[in-house]
Amino acid sequence: MSTPRLVEVRENVLKQNDLLARALRQRFREAGVYVASLVSSPGAGKTAFLEKTLAALRSQCRVAALVGDLATDNDAARLRRTEAPVRQITTGTVCHLEAAMVERALEGWNLDELDCLFIENVGNLVCPSSYDLGEDLRLVLMSVTEGEDKPLKYPTIFNTADVAVITKIDLAAAVEFDLAAAHRSVQSVRPGMQVFEVSAKTGQGMDEWLKFLQSRIVDCGLRI
Amino acid sequence: MHELSIAMSMVEMASEEAARRGAAQVNAIHLKLGPLSGVVKEALLFSYDVACEGTPLAGSRLVIEESPVVVYCAACQTERTLTSIQKFFCPVCGTPAPEVVRGRELEVVALEIE
Repeated sequence: MSTPRLVEVRENVLKQNDLLARALRQRFREAGVYVASLVSSPGAGKTAFLEKTLAALRSQCRVAALVGDLATDNDAARLRRTEAPVRQITTGTVCHLEAAMVERALEGWNLDELDCLFIENVGNLVCPSSYDLGEDLRLVLMSVTEGEDKPLKYPTIFNTADVAVITKIDLAAAVEFDLAAAHRSVQSVRPGMQVFEVSAKTGQGMDEWLKFLQSRIVDCGLRI
Repeated sequence: MHELSIAMSMVEMASEEAARRGAAQVNAIHLKLGPLSGVVKEALLFSYDVACEGTPLAGSRLVIEESPVVVYCAACQTERTLTSIQKFFCPVCGTPAPEVVRGRELEVVALEIE
């Protein structure tokens, strides 16, 4: 028997995911693909927002989407109506996407034929915050029906995201959503965060979001 | 709830590290956990025992050191420790402080092996 001893390790538990995400990011960059991911609670409107985004971008660049869900490929079917290439990632019991799932889902796709890829995460505001997927931009969505204090309840996911999108803005008055309070909540957990107010249904705010996205793509030295 | 898969990754990592160092067993894992890691301490502790079952880590302890969120305050030009992860403002001067210096850790810092 050897004697008990304390040995230093210093290793990130999610190292494997982080390394894979880094490799993905490099692959995307080399292929000239801009990648944006979407996180939100279930039902916040990620798919509707993405449908409109894909449809708007289709005429300008080559877009594709990966969409994660525990089960069903209903969301992929909806997104395919935009005629963009779409793949469903069915996670089974896993409540978030990981870099390895993204890598697997990309098999057989020629990234050189894409300009912009969207990754819709599983509806969950907790677990996705720990996993880098190799994206350039992470959007966190919250709908007006969820309450103004969502960022205060889930500060970590808002803190790991780059941009916030308030969805279903056409319903704001009906549900007495306090927009100023929502903005205060976002700024409290992520000072300086850019916030878009959109309605995928009426199209309100979509132009601002699309303009922002296009400027980010250009900032990355990519063409659109 | 992704703490079980995280606990399983830790167990795997510790088993490999112990084997590399010729140790027969792992008595404890020391983990540094930041509030912005997205991992809940209680859920991780619960998952840890489950993840250890049937492995060389069965019966081992998970020792969690919780680290605070440290931000850089541009106005004070120094690092400040936040009192709440709901308020990213300098606790001294009140300036918004989005720059996170520490607080995302999910790191195995040491193992007790024999």
